[in-house]
Amino acid sequence: MFRASLRSPLISLRPSGAKTLAASRFIGARFLTQETRSQIQNAVKANPVVLFMKGTPEYPECGFSRAVVQILDLHGVPSDKMKTYNVLVDDELRSGVKEFSEWPTIPQLYVNGEFIGGCDILLSMHQSGDLENLLENKGVIPKTEAPQP
Amino acid sequence: MIDLVDLEAAIRAALPVSHLEIEDQSSGCGESYAIILVSEAFEGKNTLARHRFVNDLLKVQIAQMHAFSQKTFTPKQYNDYLAKQG
Repeated sequence: MFRASLRSPLISLRPSGAKTLAASRFIGARFLTQETRSQIQNAVKANPVVLFMKGTPEYPECGFSRAVVQILDLHGVPSDKMKTYNVLVDDELRSGVKEFSEWPTIPQLYVNGEFIGGCDILLSMHQSGDLENLLENKGVIPKTEAPQP
Repeated sequence: MIDLVDLEAAIRAALPVSHLEIEDQSSGCGESYAIILVSEAFEGKNTLARHRFVNDLLKVQIAQMHAFSQKTFTPKQYNDYLAKQG
């Protein structure tokens, strides 16, 4: 999804290209183009659960990403409500999502367009029960019935 | 390579620390750290806000690492955490 459009040569051919580049120097080390930003913005809103990870759920290529996939699986997050992006096959996404989320590490989890956190946070939310509540309240998984007295 | 002393100094300079553990999990290459940070400054801040604070504080160092993991507690939460660990 990201790669094809990002590689488009049209970006560098735009007449405003040089100007934009010069202007961006004054802002400092900002690598995230407006285009990538809006693509990520759309991506995190397109599905209830969006995970930026290293590798795929079937073949995670990092222990932290693997842990988050396992946690989501444990809570029964249905695959049709979840979309994962492998940042290892897309350098622009890999650096872009860090800047977009203002978060330095991968994995990164979004629920209903809202940044939830990385592996540490997911793990602690899982242990405290907060993750289950969040997923239920956001309608990702069905609410568990209160046990009968 | 990240210097452990620098890492600790940066943290201690930024907020009151009641307990700090820095574990080098990289087998010496200095690219992977896990920290436990206990501070009263975390009172009233949720986990995301705490992690963002630490990420921002250590952004130069984290950018040079392969992996960085953190646990952040208030002094009271840390006591509860220790009690649970038994």
